[in-house]
Order: sequence, then structure tokens, then C-alpha cells
Amino acid sequence: MYIRSSTRTSAWVLGLVAVLLLGAALSALALLGERSLPERTGPPIEQLAVERTELTPGVIELTVRNTGPDPVQVAQVFVNDAYVDFAGTTEPIGRLGTDTLRLDYPWRDGQPYLVSMLTSTGLVIEHEIPVAVDTPRADAGFFGLMALLGTYVGIIPVLLGMMFLPLLRRAGGNAVRVLLAVTVGLLAFLVVDGTTEGFELAERTGGAFGGAALVVLGAVLAFLLLTAIDRWVRGRQQPAGGDARSGFGLALMIAVGIGLHNLGEGLAIGAAYAVGELALGTALVIGFALHNTTEGIAVVAPLTATRPSVLRLLALGLIAGAPAILGALLGAAVNNAELSAFLLGIGVGAIIQVIVQIMPTLRERADSVIDPLAIGGLIGGVLIMYLTGLLVAA
Amino acid sequence: MAAGPSRRRFLLGGAVAGSAGLTLGARGLVEAPTTTAGLEHDGAADTTPHGGGVSGPTFRQGSTVDHVANGFHPSKILRDFDYGTVSALPDGRVRRDWEVFASDEDIEVAPGLQFPAWTFNSRIPGPTLRCQEGDLLRVSFTNGSAHPHTMHFHGIHPAAMDGVPDVGLGVIEPGQQVTYEFDAAPFGLHLYHCHVSPLPEHIARGMYGTFIIDPEQGRPPADEMIMVMHGYNTTFDGEGNQLYAVNGIPFHYMHEPVQVKRNELVRIYLVNILEYDPINSFHLHGNFFDYYPTGTRLQPSELTDTVIQGQGQRGICEVRFPYTGKFMFHAHKTEFADLGWMGFFEVVG
Repeated sequence: MYIRSSTRTSAWVLGLVAVLLLGAALSALALLGERSLPERTGPPIEQLAVERTELTPGVIELTVRNTGPDPVQVAQVFVNDAYVDFAGTTEPIGRLGTDTLRLDYPWRDGQPYLVSMLTSTGLVIEHEIPVAVDTPRADAGFFGLMALLGTYVGIIPVLLGMMFLPLLRRAGGNAVRVLLAVTVGLLAFLVVDGTTEGFELAERTGGAFGGAALVVLGAVLAFLLLTAIDRWVRGRQQPAGGDARSGFGLALMIAVGIGLHNLGEGLAIGAAYAVGELALGTALVIGFALHNTTEGIAVVAPLTATRPSVLRLLALGLIAGAPAILGALLGAAVNNAELSAFLLGIGVGAIIQVIVQIMPTLRERADSVIDPLAIGGLIGGVLIMYLTGLLVAA
Repeated sequence: MAAGPSRRRFLLGGAVAGSAGLTLGARGLVEAPTTTAGLEHDGAADTTPHGGGVSGPTFRQGSTVDHVANGFHPSKILRDFDYGTVSALPDGRVRRDWEVFASDEDIEVAPGLQFPAWTFNSRIPGPTLRCQEGDLLRVSFTNGSAHPHTMHFHGIHPAAMDGVPDVGLGVIEPGQQVTYEFDAAPFGLHLYHCHVSPLPEHIARGMYGTFIIDPEQGRPPADEMIMVMHGYNTTFDGEGNQLYAVNGIPFHYMHEPVQVKRNELVRIYLVNILEYDPINSFHLHGNFFDYYPTGTRLQPSELTDTVIQGQGQRGICEVRFPYTGKFMFHAHKTEFADLGWMGFFEVVG
């Protein structure tokens, strides 16, 4: 007893000493490093990333962030080769600092604009507005529209897909296995889809917060977190262990994974709407309905052997579909590429976790390899997503 | 960037001290810190803001450059003619001596924007050297810049005085001093600029000025002014300019209109030295002017309100303003106008 406690004490002391030494070494480096190493020989490196563009009649508002190592001062601004009056800070913007520039410029609907920010050193930092459209106001009508959009592309298709449940129950065990394989195929497609979309968005951020690394970070965090939750839930349900999954538990995990994916998808849709790049209308709704109906099938695939209540099914559908509403709202109101990239990454991680969970059920027996039937299902799933994806013009 | 207004003299002093035996004309040192005083004619700045939104281009409202720190003022450059130090030669001719130096300057060419310029006498454009045909001209040139330069005059002179590399005086290295000497001919409106390679950069950095040779009989009395059209390629990419101006600072005469008197003859010595763009132009609102290309004939070539000039082209505009009020003038290449090349005449009764 005595020995153990003394060991613990000495471990604490050792740890403390190590931390103190580290602190002392860092302080010494901070003091000496500056003197022993030369300053950068080149000119200052000035970078600004435009995180948000808001257009109101007669005004272009840019939210910029300094993503470079040196302070940046915007001296003057010209739009399409004409200097403009603007409001904003007169001080340099420090590293990772942000500022909003309000440009007094009579822009016209539907036209392209090139905003050039002239820094105090004469550097020009350009920001392209491909098509100018009035940025939607965040009023009740706008939130209503986003909620409707989220419902169309998220909730309705997923619920429609879940209506295939009775049909799935009629089919035999092999059919369910193939269907689960199709689901994995669908999800694998979503992983690739979400990753590329996340990387594309991350490229636009200027990389101050990691750029593409944000997508990976989101994916890894989501995967680990969901795995931990899954283990915890499983541990409580079956203290004795064993790998037999309750159908509803698996369906719930799939719904959560797809829900997180739809959050990212809604975000992309909302952001596209905010900058006027989204063609709303029947084509979009029908396209997403077909595309996301398959997600509903994925949710109910593990439920063929159980008889969950309608309320529980509805809850599953909302978990998988409703985040699209939240995503659309966030996307249109915040329209922050970094947040979008991170959330898309979370969707990717969540879906990978779901795939990992479904994979064992694709085997005929616990010790067999995946058979050609299941592989056919995988291929079918990927193809379905690819083809229905072509219908979504967003 | 940390250097204050005194930096230019420090640099120049260093260059001069570093080359034994060189002295700099006292004139150059005295002239460098030009003050904004003595603007009685162009007077108080017009405080009414112009532009913004549909009213037109403008720098950020309320922002102006620090003319005192720059060491020159476009309203003063407008009517600043340097006749040199005049003396008589034994044969009765007039001899004129000028001291010109090159130096590297950080100039605030737009509010909040420092441009690393190369200049003649610490200003853009350089001094307006003015003489009469037949005068003997002696221009003492001291290179206080960290870069090699020359002074190349447009006009008629011996090859050795042409101010180009490998001919006559050739390239003037930092710290060197030379004297360009030639007779004033032909009468007209000319210019001078550095002719060291890469030539576009040496010009774009600010090394140019106006060179006027008056005809023997003179020209009719008038309110005379110079307007040098030029630009700043602040990114140094050699593809066009980010700023366009007359006499150094874009949009300057929007805030401080050129003051002229109604019905008085106004003579504008108009020079285009714009680099990177093939043409420039000058357009006057509400009035017409007589145009004398290169100023080498005493008869105008046309009565117009718009002229186009390529780089190195110049001409004299003569106009009487019959109405009082504010009249714009700008490049009728409107892109240049929107990027700074515009101003106002204010006609008073």
C-alpha cells in the first residue's frame, strides 16, 4: 500500500518536472530562436480568403480572413476596374483575423464581378463573384423555404424508401443479405461523394484552418465517436458480448450515419441557394427523391426480422432525413466553406462507421467470405447511386 | 516601410558619401521636402466628397494621401516650371543649369498604399524643365538611387548626350554624377525619362518628366499648367496598371479641382508616358480646346475635346472656359478614368 502510493507520488513529480523542463526549453527557444535565426528575406506574404459574400442592392459585403502569416491591410478596393468607396477596418488584419468590407457599388443582377483588394504594399487580392444575385434575407419566409427544401430532399425521400419494408419482409434471407450489400454500395458511393465535395469546398477556404485536413478531421472524429457510442450501447445491451446485432440498433446507427450525411448535403444545397447557383424546382426535388429514397431502403434493410412500431419507424426516418433541414438553414445563413467542409467530413466518417457495422451481415456465415451475390449487390448499390445522382443537377 | 520622410535624404546622402568627391547641388537638398504651402491658386481642398455608388469611382471616402510625407503635391506640380539657374554666355546666349538626382522613394500613391518608386528629384513626375530654343542646357545628374539610371531627353542633340546605355555617357551607376549638355531644339513640348533596361520597369517606377522648349517669340500669355499622364503597376507583373493618374496621385484633382478663371486662356502641356497600356487619352467636359501636337507648330491641328496619345506622345491644349462651374477631365478610356485618371476644372468668374 505504502509502496504503491509513493510510486504514484513520484510519477506525479516526474510528470511535473517534465512539464516544467518543457516550458523552460520553449521559453529559451522563444528568446534565443529569434536572435539566432534571420528574419525572412522575402517581401511580406499577404493572403486573404473571402469567407462570405453578401449582396444587397447597391452593396457588396465581403467577410475576409487573413489566412497568411503576415498582417494584411486593405488600402483600396476596385470592382470590375473601378475604385469604390468602402467601409471596414483601417487597421491591418492580423493572422487569422477577420473583417467585413462593405463596398458601395451599384451591381446588377446576374452579372459577374471581380473584386480586387489592393493591399498597402500594392498586392492585388482578387475575389470572383461568378453571378451576382441578391443574398436571401434571413427572415421567416427564408427559413420556411429552407425547411421546405430540407423536407423535400431529406425527409420525404427517406420515408418513401422506408415504405419498401413490407416488400423486404416478404423476400427471403438471401434477398435481405443482397439488399444490405446494395446498401453498403450506396453508402460507399456517399463516402466518395461527400469526400470529394468536402475537398472541393476546403480548397476555397484558403486553408487557414487546415483546408482538406478539416474533412479528414471531421471524418475521423465522427467515426471514432460513433464507434465508441456503438460499443457502449452494445455493451449495455449484451453484457456477455457476442456479435449478433439487434435489427433496430443497426437501423438506428444507419439512420444516424445517413442523417449526418444529409446534414452535409443540406448544407451544400443551402449554400448553393444562397449564392444563386441552385436551380430550384421539380427537377431538383424529383432527382433528390430518387437519389435519397435509396437511403430510406438502407435504413429499413436490417428491420426485416423485427416488428418496430410505426412511431419508431417515423423516428428513424426523421433521424436520417431531418438533418437536411438544419443543414440547408446553416448552409444558406452561415455559408461558411470551412464549417461545410468539416460537416461533410463528419458525414463521411459516420457513413464509414455504418459500413463497418453492416459488413459482417453480408457474409452467409460468420466464417465465410463475401459471396458473389453480395458483391453483385455492392456493385448494384454503387450504380444506383451513380445513375440517380445524374438526375440531381444541383 | 518603417522609414519616415527623412529616408530619401538619408539614402541619397549615403550614396553621395559612398562615392568620394561627389557633391550634390544644394538645390536638390533644399527642394526635396516640398511643402504644401503656397497653393494660393489651387487653394483650400474642396471638401465635398465626390463619387461612390452610381456617382462614380472614388478611393475610400475621406482617405487622402500624405502629400507632406510624399514630399510633393500634385496641385503644386501642376504649375511648377523649373527654369534652372540662368546665366549669360560670352556670345550672348542663355545658359541654363539644372541639378537633377535620382532616388528610391516609398511614395503613398493611393491612400494607404506605399509604392517603391524610382524618381527624379523625389517626385512623380520629375521636375518640369523649361527653357527657350537656342539656350545652352546643362543638366547635372547625380544617381542617388541603388539602381543604374540615365536621363534620356526627347529633342535634337548629339548622340553622346542621348542618355542610353553604351553610347556617350552611357549608364550612370549609383553614386555617379554626369552632366548632359546640349542646345535646346526644336521648340515644342517634350519629355525626358530613364533609358536603362528593363525599360518598362524604369519608366513604370516613376522615372520621367516634362521638358518644354519655348519658341523664341514665346506663346501668348496664358494660365499654364502641365499634365503628365501615367500609371502605377503596383503588383509589378508588367500587365497593365492598378492605378492611373495625372501628375502623381490618382483622383487628386477630384478633391482639389484645378482652379481656372472664366474666359482666361488656359494652356495645358499634356504628356503621355503611361507604361504597359498602348494608348491614353484626354477628354475635357463642356469645352473645346485647340490642339498643337508636340507643340512644334504655332498653328493648332484641330479644335476638339478629346485627344489620344501613345506612349511618348504629347501636345499642347489651349482653351478658354466661357462658363463658370466644375468641368470634368479624364481619360476617355473610361477604364483608366475609373482607376484614378480623372479630375475637375473649377472655373471661377
